[in-house]
Amino acid sequence: MAVTQHHAYLAAEPVVATAADSAVLSNAWLLIALPLVGAAILLLGGRRTNGWGPLLATALPVASFVWAVLVLFDLLGRSGAERSVSVPVYEWFAVESFSARIDLLIDPLSITFVLLITFVGSLIHVYSLGYMAEDPEKRRFFAYLNLFVAAMLVLVLADNFVLLFLGWEAVGLASYLLIGFWQYKPSAATAAKKAFLINRVGDIGLLIAIMIMFTVLGAVSFSDVFAAVPGASDGVLLAIGLLLLLGACGKSAQLPLQAWLLDAMEGPTPVSALIHAATMVTAGVYLIVRAGPIFEGAPVAQLVVMTVGAATMLAGGIIASAKDDIKKSLAGSTMSQIGMMVMAAGLGPIGYAAAIAHLVTHGFFKAGLFLGAGSVMHGMNDGVDMRRYGGLASKMPITFATFGLGYLAIIGVPLLSGWWTKESIISATFGYGGTVGLVFGSLVVLGAALTAFYMSRMVFMTFLGKKRWDEGVHPHESPVSMTAPMVALSIGSIALGGFLVAGDRFAAFLQPVTGAELPHFTVGHAFTSPYGIAALVVLVLGVALAWAMYLRKPVPSTAPKGNLVTVAASNELYGNEINEGLFMRPGQVLTKVLLVVEDKVIDGAVNGIGTGVRDSSQGLGRTQTGFARTYALTMLIGAVIVAATLAVRF
Amino acid sequence: MNALYVADGAPPSLPGITEAAPTLDWWLLAPYLVVFGAGVLAVLFEAFVPKRSLRPVQITVAAAALIAAFALIVLQVETVGAGGAMIAGGVLAVDGTVLFLQGTIAVLALVSLMLIAERRDGRDAFSAQAATVPGSEEERRHILAGSQHTEVYPLVLFAVLGMLMFPAANDFLTMFIALEVMSLPLYLLCALARRRRLFSQEAAVKYFLLGAFSSAFFLFGIAMVYGYAGSVNFAAIRAAVESGGAEIFAQGDGEPLLIMGIGLVAIGLLFKVGAVPFHNWKPDVYQGAPTPITALMASCTLVAAFGALLRVFFVPFGGSVEIWEPMLWTVAILTMVVAAFIAVTQRDVKRLLAYSSVVHAGFILTAVIASSTEGLAGAMFYLAAYGFTTLGAFAIVTLVRTRDGGQELGDLDGWAGLGRRSPGLALALSLFLLAFAGIPLTSGFIGKFAVFEAAVAAGATPLVVVGVLSSAVTAFFYVRIIVVMFFRDSEGEGPTVARAGVLTGGVITVGVAATLALGIFPGPVLDNLLPSSETGGEPAAVMIYQVTDGGTTD
Repeated sequence: MAVTQHHAYLAAEPVVATAADSAVLSNAWLLIALPLVGAAILLLGGRRTNGWGPLLATALPVASFVWAVLVLFDLLGRSGAERSVSVPVYEWFAVESFSARIDLLIDPLSITFVLLITFVGSLIHVYSLGYMAEDPEKRRFFAYLNLFVAAMLVLVLADNFVLLFLGWEAVGLASYLLIGFWQYKPSAATAAKKAFLINRVGDIGLLIAIMIMFTVLGAVSFSDVFAAVPGASDGVLLAIGLLLLLGACGKSAQLPLQAWLLDAMEGPTPVSALIHAATMVTAGVYLIVRAGPIFEGAPVAQLVVMTVGAATMLAGGIIASAKDDIKKSLAGSTMSQIGMMVMAAGLGPIGYAAAIAHLVTHGFFKAGLFLGAGSVMHGMNDGVDMRRYGGLASKMPITFATFGLGYLAIIGVPLLSGWWTKESIISATFGYGGTVGLVFGSLVVLGAALTAFYMSRMVFMTFLGKKRWDEGVHPHESPVSMTAPMVALSIGSIALGGFLVAGDRFAAFLQPVTGAELPHFTVGHAFTSPYGIAALVVLVLGVALAWAMYLRKPVPSTAPKGNLVTVAASNELYGNEINEGLFMRPGQVLTKVLLVVEDKVIDGAVNGIGTGVRDSSQGLGRTQTGFARTYALTMLIGAVIVAATLAVRF
Repeated sequence: MNALYVADGAPPSLPGITEAAPTLDWWLLAPYLVVFGAGVLAVLFEAFVPKRSLRPVQITVAAAALIAAFALIVLQVETVGAGGAMIAGGVLAVDGTVLFLQGTIAVLALVSLMLIAERRDGRDAFSAQAATVPGSEEERRHILAGSQHTEVYPLVLFAVLGMLMFPAANDFLTMFIALEVMSLPLYLLCALARRRRLFSQEAAVKYFLLGAFSSAFFLFGIAMVYGYAGSVNFAAIRAAVESGGAEIFAQGDGEPLLIMGIGLVAIGLLFKVGAVPFHNWKPDVYQGAPTPITALMASCTLVAAFGALLRVFFVPFGGSVEIWEPMLWTVAILTMVVAAFIAVTQRDVKRLLAYSSVVHAGFILTAVIASSTEGLAGAMFYLAAYGFTTLGAFAIVTLVRTRDGGQELGDLDGWAGLGRRSPGLALALSLFLLAFAGIPLTSGFIGKFAVFEAAVAAGATPLVVVGVLSSAVTAFFYVRIIVVMFFRDSEGEGPTVARAGVLTGGVITVGVAATLALGIFPGPVLDNLLPSSETGGEPAAVMIYQVTDGGTTD
């Protein structure tokens, strides 16, 4: 009766899920259920859970992480082709040809995300125990964090686009709740609303893409959709690809839907680290890699993906170079790094492993950098202006050390995590070949130069140079609950990249999903190839330029007037103005027009229908006289109707 | 069958008279005998058991009979098997489908019995002495003396006996007898309300008159069908329909008889399910009858009547779908549209639920029209799901009373602010209403989905469009009740809510549990208890129509 989700192996199609056959896998729903239960207990339990709630909420993602590790080992015990496992969770009902059900898909790609989400998520829960210790609404905060973790896991574990969309919307909701967590601040409330609205634009894209899949391809599950791709027309694939990209742009803050991310920094810093650096904003990259077969069938869409990614990479780098707010500068950096991943994902199979590997290492060092920024803010009375920092290295040695390691990783100092994964992207892009490879490869190198510059600027302005603090600020190191996660993340910043990339370990792990040939990345090649050398040269140049501007010369405590470029950059390249011009004003005009239409046309129609229904109801009600004789007459009329309709033949 | 032997010679193709008495399978007859025996016993108890202990004895007997009947029905599933079985020379026929309906009726009747047995301040929902003139001195004396009608319990048992037979009947005469056995006790029960007695008696008389009227149609229809087919046996009629009627209609001129027969029989059955334009009795009777009896009628009677309707249209008339399809289309559309519209302006909760029941009958009719195994399964699921939900809803109606604590508060305006005063009760009712509206994760959604899916698969898409639009209209008045309960402040004093006793509380709990369980985990019922295409492609293969061992048809 139930419609089976497993489909015959298609030559071009690597995703063939086998059934879950071990206790670890068949109970994989626990991964999601644990944090979800935590959110439910904390939200429904109310004030009673104030005391132990946050601790429970911290323990549950840790438990999910442990389970995810068990799942990983289970997968590693299988051959590559058997690592895609379908886990049936719940069949709501099946009526003949239709089955409504929830299945999870566990494969190397999804388990990578699960491990990233639960590991970084757990650390950030621990960090929040210290960071939010004094907040009266701590319980609500932890409930939302748990909700986010659960929603994000739904997003990456879904085996079809509809469930993915459910997770997609739920992370949006959690993000909204957490950005606006301090809703008494008008700026936070506005930022939350802005993030929500801009994300709606992207979500509509994703939703329409799913509708097209359903109507044209007749399926929404990954395996069925990808199986239908070879038979679909180019136009359909292009449309689906571009709409998926629109969805990815909204969630991952890519041009032109990037404006919300910088404002989202109004949320508590752990939120920025978890949601707006390590996990949720990378969902767009996940979507593009997951929907790889669609994009591979639509080369034009791939080119658009690469262009959007590269443009965002440069725009993010420029914005990050000009912002004096440490979190906004980091947010610009996030945009830039995700842009790089999106671009790599647009390359197709050759870039998938590199994009995801960079996503994972970025998750570690960027979360570490955000936590470091939070630690600095914690010691600086929540000040965020880097012009009022300076010379903090001696006051916060642990923060400095961990932040410094994250810094060295992100700018790509050889043999640290970021270097491995960024070099992978650079070599994959040049390896793509042709003019396209050359142009985008050069742009990535340029992006790397920008990264070196803005990150050096940030470190120099914050930790080195002279102290520029206000009176009454007493910088101090943060408690262990905050520094321990930072230390854990910095270990990832050092070693994870090498572990993943050396010997193509991660690419080989992902191969059954991405279907890519292995990149054969070697250290020697990265040092001797022209682009490897170029990357090292721009790294040195970027750091040197930052040194010349922000360490050699004293940093003024108010921003200089600056030239056209810096003004534009500090205004986020006028992204807000562009959004206002393109969306908001026309939107407002549209709203006004619609208001009139609503008032006159729709309301009129609705009221008309309402009145019509009521009048006809009263009219028909009059047949209910209460007299048995009338009823008998009605039945007789009914008999005539029955006779008439029996006599008529169609 | 002997009585039907036509004097001037039966057509040769008819089964001949068997001189030997039919063999009786006592095991298969047991559920009917248990309920019937208990009813007879209960009447005897009325005469011999002392007044004081009469009520507990009657309740025990009735409950035990229903539980035993249910247990027997469950045990028979094994015996009956996939092919079904004949009882008493083919008078009754049971198979998985019939047993499912009978089991549902037994359980719903048991739950209704809990409502019927409930007492508040030592008084149940029934008149102290129905024979007294309302408002008279004599009536007052009986009330003060604490008289009560324990005859209610045997009456319920007899009605349930009729309901069990109704879907199992394998020929038209048995079906007619079942119809009357089911209806006559209900007419009486409707007249027994403790409060607003004149109103209750008026409802009973109306129900009786119109019921008799519809029975006449039904009986006349049987005569026509017999004239056409030369038999009242369902399988024989089916065979006759497929071969163009009895042999005297060799020229093919018998069809008018068949058409008249189908039409008249249909009127009788459509009256029982309350389809428009044969629905007028429903609001008046549902409102006037004692609420526990309304609950019994809304759940059990509907299941039984639809069981019979499905059987008649799938088995004897299953070969002439093209004749009755336009007729049922018309009735279904009328039912879904007219009832939904009238319900919009209803102010009385019981009347509203009555119209809601009419609309639901329209939805189930779409599954009959599908005329497929899928449709049969959808209708069965719908009936079971709706039965539990509606029982829960009526149980709540019995609790909400006027300020003086007297009668039930039917007027919807009086329900304002109930959500604040009794949030649990209001939430339960909201769940039932959402299930009526067909909101996902309630049983109502699955039921609607199943019947509409079957109708679409059978090519009745326009019907489903009407159904969905009608659902939208009905959702309006269901949600309005929720709005009144939760979002409007009560003017003046508002209703009192009687404390739910163990029995009423139990009914509401069962209703909530069934509504949620069938909504969230419908799988076990859908997969195991209902027929599917694996059981047989044509519904007739599921609802058996073989003749008895002795009889043959061509």
